[in-house]
Amino acid sequence: MQDVVLAMLAKEPSHGYELRSRLREALGPLGEAMNAGQIYVTLGRLEKAGLARSEREPGLPDRPDRKVYALTPAGQQRVASWLSEVTWPGPAPAEFHLKLVAAAAGRLADPMSILDAQRRELLRLLRDAQRAAMDEPDGSAAGLVLEGVTLRLQADLRWLEACERHWAGRARHPGGGE
Amino acid sequence: MTDAGGSPVLRTRGLRKDFGKGEGLVRAVDEVDLDVAPAETVAVMGPSGCGKSTLLHILGGLERPSAGEVMLAGSRLDQMGERALARLRRTAVGFVFQAFHLIDELTARENVELPALLAGRSPRAARRRATELLDRVGLADRAKFLPAALSGGQRQRVAIARALSNDPLVVLADEPTGNLDSAATLDVLRLFDSLRSTGQTLVIVTHDPRIAATSDRLISMRDGAFTGETRLTGSARGARGGLGALAGLEG
Repeated sequence: MQDVVLAMLAKEPSHGYELRSRLREALGPLGEAMNAGQIYVTLGRLEKAGLARSEREPGLPDRPDRKVYALTPAGQQRVASWLSEVTWPGPAPAEFHLKLVAAAAGRLADPMSILDAQRRELLRLLRDAQRAAMDEPDGSAAGLVLEGVTLRLQADLRWLEACERHWAGRARHPGGGE
Repeated sequence: MTDAGGSPVLRTRGLRKDFGKGEGLVRAVDEVDLDVAPAETVAVMGPSGCGKSTLLHILGGLERPSAGEVMLAGSRLDQMGERALARLRRTAVGFVFQAFHLIDELTARENVELPALLAGRSPRAARRRATELLDRVGLADRAKFLPAALSGGQRQRVAIARALSNDPLVVLADEPTGNLDSAATLDVLRLFDSLRSTGQTLVIVTHDPRIAATSDRLISMRDGAFTGETRLTGSARGARGGLGALAGLEG
């Protein structure tokens, strides 16, 4: 989130409201996920961390004073290194698998019901993402981001099917496997 | 199982379909009870070979069950004679297949006209209806194209228009997005959604999670039997917030 707000500042010094509309423009419905409060809180943190600085811009008769934020040199460096990073979300499959292993080993919960709950949640997310994508005109930037989201969710759902086969097999042949 | 007001459009009780005999007996459909309410979109999901296509064929009167009842709008398909069944298939059921099954020698519009002509409508009425349906699926400007000149997504939309030709009570679709890329799938999902908003009842067998996620009800099938049912009511945690997190904006 900090990186995203910093990156939006890279274009030119801006106040919070401008940043928000820039995000909305870049992300369509996904940009709505960020409320104004979040952006102001993030800007405050960035300023404290020395990555951004602010100047008060005097108000007009019909508008109060507002703060205009700009990147500091440290902030510019951070944006540059963020752009060159190749990270991708962490090893969620390993963590989820360990959850199932722990549930089964400690008899804390039924792995199949954990799988069911997880699948239902992913399907809900897929529904929301798919519906948002269906509302986008062809070729829109938000549509492209949503395609990425739906492809990942589909991959995760496929993987849950594989998990289900594995754990259903173990339920039929307890003691088999690990 | 149904919670809708009206009586179900489609209903099965104890439905069974066996192939082979003795040692080689395969139970493709195993004691399936299903109720599909008017205007409902039901997705049946399961691995290939789980019996979902066979189920769909029985629901549409393409195959007969080994045991059990199938009712379409109150008529028992399993007890119907061949002629009555053929008539019902032509007029009350619309089929959509993975491989489109359009007739290559006929234009898009002629393909869509065909079911209306077979049902005894006048050529003029059939043409009017086909033109209207092609417009509805966004292909009015492709009416005179042969299937070979259309993309996969466009062919499937023609096939959906054809399925709607006789205002069927139910549209049955077998892996309708199985041969389509992402963008074409999106078009088909949009189309199904608009059908739903006009009250069309839909049963779709698929292993495409995007169809499952956008249907009213999702039934899981394994080894011929229904193993679970999910209604995706309510929102994902935080709805839009959830989407934002997935897109990498939070968390």
